Parts: sequence; C-alpha cells; structure tokens
Amino acid sequence: MTDVKPVLHLENIVKIFPGVRALDGVSFAVMPGEVHALMGENGAGKSTLMKVLGGIYQPDDGDIYVGEQKVTMSGPLEAKAKGIVFIHQELSLAEELSVAENIYLGELPRKSFGRVDWTKLAERTNAILKKLNVGFDARTRVGDLSIANQQMVEIARALTVDAKAVIFDEPTASLTDAEKVVLFEVIADLQADGVGIIYISHRMEEIFKITDRISILRDGQYQGTVVTADTNEESVTQMMIGRKLDLSRNASHHEIGNVALEVRGLSCGKLYKDVSFEVRRGEVVGFYGLVGAGRTEIAETLFGLRDPSAGQILLDGQEVRIHSPADAIARGISLVPEDRKGQGLVLGMNCRDNMTLPQVEDLKAGPFVAEGAEIAIFDQYRDRLDIRTPGWKQKVGNLSGGNQQKIVIGKWLSMHPSVLIVDEPTRGIDVGSKSEIHKLLRALAAQGYAVMVISSEMPEVLHVSDRIVAMYSGRIMRTFTSEEVTEDSLIQAISGLGDNQAA
Amino acid sequence: MLQPGKLSKALKSGAIWGFIVLELLFFSIAGEFMSLSDKAFMDFENMLLLLKQSAPIGIIAMGMTIVMINGNIDLSVGAIFAIAAIILLDSMSWPIFAGLGDWVIPVAWLLALAGGTLLGALNGLIVWKTGVDAFIVTLGSMLGFRGIVFMFNGENPTSQLNWTLVDFAEAEFLGLATASWFLLIVTLAIWFLMTKTVHGRNAYAIGDNREAAVNAGIRVGPHMMINFSIIGFLAALSAVVFYSESGSVNPNDGQLYELWVITAVVLGGTKITGGAGSVIGTFGGVIAIQLLRKGLGHIGADTSTVNLVMGLILIAVLFLDRQLNIKGKEELKI
Repeated sequence: MTDVKPVLHLENIVKIFPGVRALDGVSFAVMPGEVHALMGENGAGKSTLMKVLGGIYQPDDGDIYVGEQKVTMSGPLEAKAKGIVFIHQELSLAEELSVAENIYLGELPRKSFGRVDWTKLAERTNAILKKLNVGFDARTRVGDLSIANQQMVEIARALTVDAKAVIFDEPTASLTDAEKVVLFEVIADLQADGVGIIYISHRMEEIFKITDRISILRDGQYQGTVVTADTNEESVTQMMIGRKLDLSRNASHHEIGNVALEVRGLSCGKLYKDVSFEVRRGEVVGFYGLVGAGRTEIAETLFGLRDPSAGQILLDGQEVRIHSPADAIARGISLVPEDRKGQGLVLGMNCRDNMTLPQVEDLKAGPFVAEGAEIAIFDQYRDRLDIRTPGWKQKVGNLSGGNQQKIVIGKWLSMHPSVLIVDEPTRGIDVGSKSEIHKLLRALAAQGYAVMVISSEMPEVLHVSDRIVAMYSGRIMRTFTSEEVTEDSLIQAISGLGDNQAA
Repeated sequence: MLQPGKLSKALKSGAIWGFIVLELLFFSIAGEFMSLSDKAFMDFENMLLLLKQSAPIGIIAMGMTIVMINGNIDLSVGAIFAIAAIILLDSMSWPIFAGLGDWVIPVAWLLALAGGTLLGALNGLIVWKTGVDAFIVTLGSMLGFRGIVFMFNGENPTSQLNWTLVDFAEAEFLGLATASWFLLIVTLAIWFLMTKTVHGRNAYAIGDNREAAVNAGIRVGPHMMINFSIIGFLAALSAVVFYSESGSVNPNDGQLYELWVITAVVLGGTKITGGAGSVIGTFGGVIAIQLLRKGLGHIGADTSTVNLVMGLILIAVLFLDRQLNIKGKEELKI
C-alpha cells in the first residue's frame, strides 16, 4: 500500500471549543478502496471530526488533503463537490418531499429559469434506487416510508456524485439483516471503484466483518490505527476506553419473587399485536429488537401514554387500566424514557429539582415548596446511585450522560415504584459509565424491583437480563432465558427468521 | 382502491373546496329567507365582485404561503401595505416628478413596489443574520413600520386622486377587473415558483427539516431573505392595486391584514410549522374567507359577527386537521 496515495488525509487537526480541546492533533488517512473504521466512545470527538471534514466547523489547526491537494472546506456542498459524501446517522430528510428531491437535496438538476428538471431527476434517482434494490420509487413521499427505507434514501445520496470518500455514520442502526446485506454490497461496490470509506459504528461485529483498518479516538486524541485483521475486540475496546471492560454475562442470580407485572394479549393498532409477557420481582427482563419493533410503544402503553386497542395489563394479579402517566405512577410503574435529554430531564433545571419533579406537588410546606425535604431526597439518591455532581445546584445539562441517566433513575426510585421500565438506558453514554448503569440495574433487581430493559444493543441485553424477549415487527418472536440464549438465535428471532413462539 | 391514509389526504386537499361549496349552498338557501336584497347570492356578477374584493388579501396571502412553507411567518404585511400605499399616493405629488404628467403613475408604482420589497428584505435580513425567530422580528417590524406610517402624516389620511389611475384600476379586461387579474397572475406565478423551481423546492425542504437542508448545503439564509422580499413586494403590490382605485389611505389601513392573510393560508392547508402547503389551497382559503364575509353580510350579519364566526371556523378547521392527522387511537398522548 506504500505507493498508493490516500484519497483523503487529515493532518494534525485541532479544534478548540471554549474550555475544551475537542480534537487534539488528530491525523489519519483513507486509502482508495479501503473501509476505514473510526471508533471511539461518545464524546471522543468523532462527530466533531466529521463536522470539520464536512466544513461545518473550521479547524483551529491542521490540514485536510483530498488526493494530493490541500483543501479548506467551507461547507457541506463544497465537501460534496470535492467528492466527500456524508451519510448521516440521524435521518437528515425532509419528510414532506419526494424520495428524489431528498436524494438530490441541495442540488436539484435545473432547467432554464431555475426550474427543476423533473424528468432528469426521476431518471437518475430510479437508476440509483434500482442499484439499491429497494421497493419504492423516486416519487414516493419520504414520510410514507419505514425508518429502514428512509435510511436507504440517506444511503442513496452517496451514489449521486462521483465520490472519492464516503462517510457512513452508524448506518445500520435501524436496518434489518437483509437490508444490511444490501448496504454492505453497496459498500463493496464503492470499494471496488476505488472509493475510500470511513465507517463509524459501535457494532464490533460489523467493524470486524467489513473494515480493513481501524482508527481510534479517545477524548479528542488520536490513539492510533490498527489493521483489523491483526487485532481483536478486546484490544480495540481497551484503546477506546483506556482500560479493560467486563463484558461477561451476568452471572449473579438472586431470589426471584412473584409476578409484579403481567401483560396478556396486549395490542395497540398496528404498532404491536398480541403481546404477552410477565415480569417478576427481582428479575430483569430485556426487550430486544430493531428500531420500530414496538418495544418503546409497549413501554409507553404501560406508562399510560397510549391506549391499548386490546388486551389486559395486570399488576400484582389485579387487572388495571392505565389512562395517564399520573395513573401509572400512582400504581407504581415508572418509565425511564428513551430520549434522556428530551423526555427524561429538564436540562435547564438543577439536579434536585429534576429529581423531585414528579412529587413536588406532595412536598409542600404550606403553600410553598419544601426545600429541605427536596434536598434530603436528592442527597439520599445521590449517595445510593453514586451520582457525581458538585452539588444539587448544578444544572443537569452540564452533567455527563451517565450521571444524567442516574438522575432520571433516581427520580423514579424516589417514587417507590414496583415496576421500573428502562428504555435504552445507555444510549449516548460512554462505555465506562455503561457498565455502571448495568450494575445498577442488576442491583435494583436484587433489591426486589421488577425491571424491564429495552435495548437495541445486544451485549447490553445479554449482560443485564435474566430473560430476553425478542421482538420483530410488533410481535414477540421468542422469549429466551439467559442460559439458553445465543447471539445467533437472538439475531434470527429479531430479524423475523426464528421459530415461532417457544418456551 | 383507497388505501388508508389516502382518504384523509384526499379529504384534506379537497377540504377547502368542499367548504366553499358548503358556504355557497348555505348562503344561497339562507339568503332566500334572510336577505334584505332580492338578488340571489350566487349571482355571476356578485361572484366576479367577490374575486375582485379578494385581491388585496389574496395577493398578500400568496406571499405568506411561501414564507410559512419556508418555516417563517410575517406579521408586518399590514404595515408594509400601508407604507407602500403612502409612497404610491404621496410620490405622485412630489415636485421632482411634476414634469412627468401621467408618466408619474408607473414611477409611483415602482417606488411603492421597491419600498415594499426593501422592507421585506430588511425583515429577511434580520431573521437571517440575527437568528431571532421570524415571529418576533416581524412583530417588531409590524409595530415599527406602523409607527413610520403615523410619523408621516399623523392621524390624517394621505390622498391623491389621479383619474387616469382610477380608470386603469377600474378597467375590465375579458370581463375581469384589474385587481382580479393581478390576483390570478400572482397566484399563477407563485404556484410556478413553489412547484417548478429549485428555489421553491428548497423552501419546502428548509421548512420541513432545516437541519437536513443545512447538511445538504442549501443556503438557508438567502432563501429566507428572498421569500421575505417576495412577501414585501406582494404586500406593496396589493396596496398598489387597491389604492390606485381608492386614492386615499388612512394611517390605520391594513391593520389586522396579517391575521386575515394567515387565516386564509392556514385554512388553505399550509402547515404552521412549515414544510407543507400549497398555493392553490391558499387561493381556496382566500375565496372561502371572502365568501364568508360577503355571505354573512348578505344575510344581514354585522362585522363583529363575521369575526366571531371566522374565529370559530379557524379553530374548528385546525381541530379537524389534527384529527385527520392522528393516525389512529394508538397515537401517543402528550
């Protein structure tokens, strides 16, 4: 590879935000026809680096080379014109517009008078869609597509220009296995054309399947580049977090109590159908499936945010109807929501006020809020959950993701629930804090809470759960015990390939 | 075969026209019993007059449609309307134009239109450069521009009667009044802009998902500024069309226009949050409002009743729209 020039080369990139060196001397190069993984914990600087590359941020120091030419990126269009294409992780689509308009967003083909050349647009788009082998056409409205298909639209953007380098940012987060195969074919095609590919993902199995080399960032610093074939998951993780991580299966089993929550034949329109399961005290039940499998919707139903169209919910053997979150809380159900910052916390409020939010009505001294009682509650759960904050006055928005999540968990524990539902507990939380949250969830179960964990990360579900419910497209495919579950059988079940309901 | 979802979509896009038919039927029948005049409501002459009377609001509504699709709003249109009217009427008596004779008319028009466009562009520039929400920016400019109107001539009206101008404004071509022609041409032009041009499609994209637009390299600011300039231009055009005929402007003229215009646009199906809407729908909205005002007048209701009914209908329409948009009973309750 020595005489081949890299298609894209970053040299000593430095980016400083007030108070933080977000990127500190990062260098790496992508060869033509190479799939180059970029890894690092959240906050390690991957997205900042990509924004620098896309011209959204200007670096404070360092150079970017495309081919042999030194370039200054002034914006996404310029990056694209130079052959650098981004496939964004968060869907960056305009839902009301057609597939074709989205794929060519920002550079619709023109005729005279600034008119859009619809014929050309449809032709080009359909050619790309044919390559991707998808079941929709150029004129479909993007809002009518499934999340996975929307992701395919996003991916189609990579094929619109003569790309030199394509950056995929977590492209498989919402794809089924069949769609992943198509994506990997697309990547292989690009590779064969000599395109350099930067592949950002947290999923080790993908990284080791398709990438050639791996570059690792930690705290904005470049940790090195390794050849994928010469390394393994453990050493990559070690480079990412600077220490070893305990990823062993959960071994500690403790006393399982009686059934706290039982759901029988619950359905909610098209979102999920005929779902039945039970959660016992002292047990962690993991819900695993793809995005859109209906897991979050079940949690929302149990928390009174959606009305089920059929079925029963039983708490401690008693059938209940839950009409609102207030109902759910009163009956001892708590939900730690998926979107911590959007749904779980009021970021501009301090730690104490966030924690006592659901019970501030009850904590009154006459007509006023009872400051002392609130602080007492905060102190109790800060110690119990080991929340690291300078004090209760700290704004929640300034805490790290792991500590924010602990505040949300503490908030619900202080309401003395019997059922704790946790939706994506470690999304956006770095690897180190992840294992703390996992330990916490196990410990809570040991204390007699019935815990439901919804997660899209297989290691997490495998690690924390006593039983795992695998969901596909709104249905429970199979329920595994922690002894019988294997990664293969789990993947099969959530892809809709597994046997019918067993055990 | 109608698929689920298609029906509600068809209902929504056709709703405004259904509403217009309903109004026509109601006022025709109610007019038989309650009207003081013995003329039928659905008289051809009456309908032509209605189109003409729709023009001032309608022309501005076309601009508002673009701005709202773009994800913004413009509350200052009424004030721009008044300023343009004053420029139009006052400039005709300026000494420097004294030698022009009737050629002062196109000059005055151009001045008024340029004034409106500039004020609109100013709104757009502030929204673009400061990043302050368009609602706040144009709320401020609404007050500010109205202040300028009052500074100009106090509480007194500004008048200038030019008979050539009035003749032009009252002229009819192929049976349609000048104002009606302007409304139709503007509707067509804006429809073309929004459905056929890159600028129009980008405006939809920006209103729909601004971040996606930025990521795709669309320059959001200039697009917004162009759209604010267009609405400024159209507010001035509306004034030019209207005051060429009336020849006198009160400093309070154009007040509440922004609300009528927004009502028409929203009735026509444009999303308040941006990203969706159509010029044809807005045209329907404008006609529906004018029908209602005229119809209620026809059966003897006064202005305050008209406002009350209008307000109720607006809320009812938004409620219906929400119901149609909810995908089913399983919807998240927030």
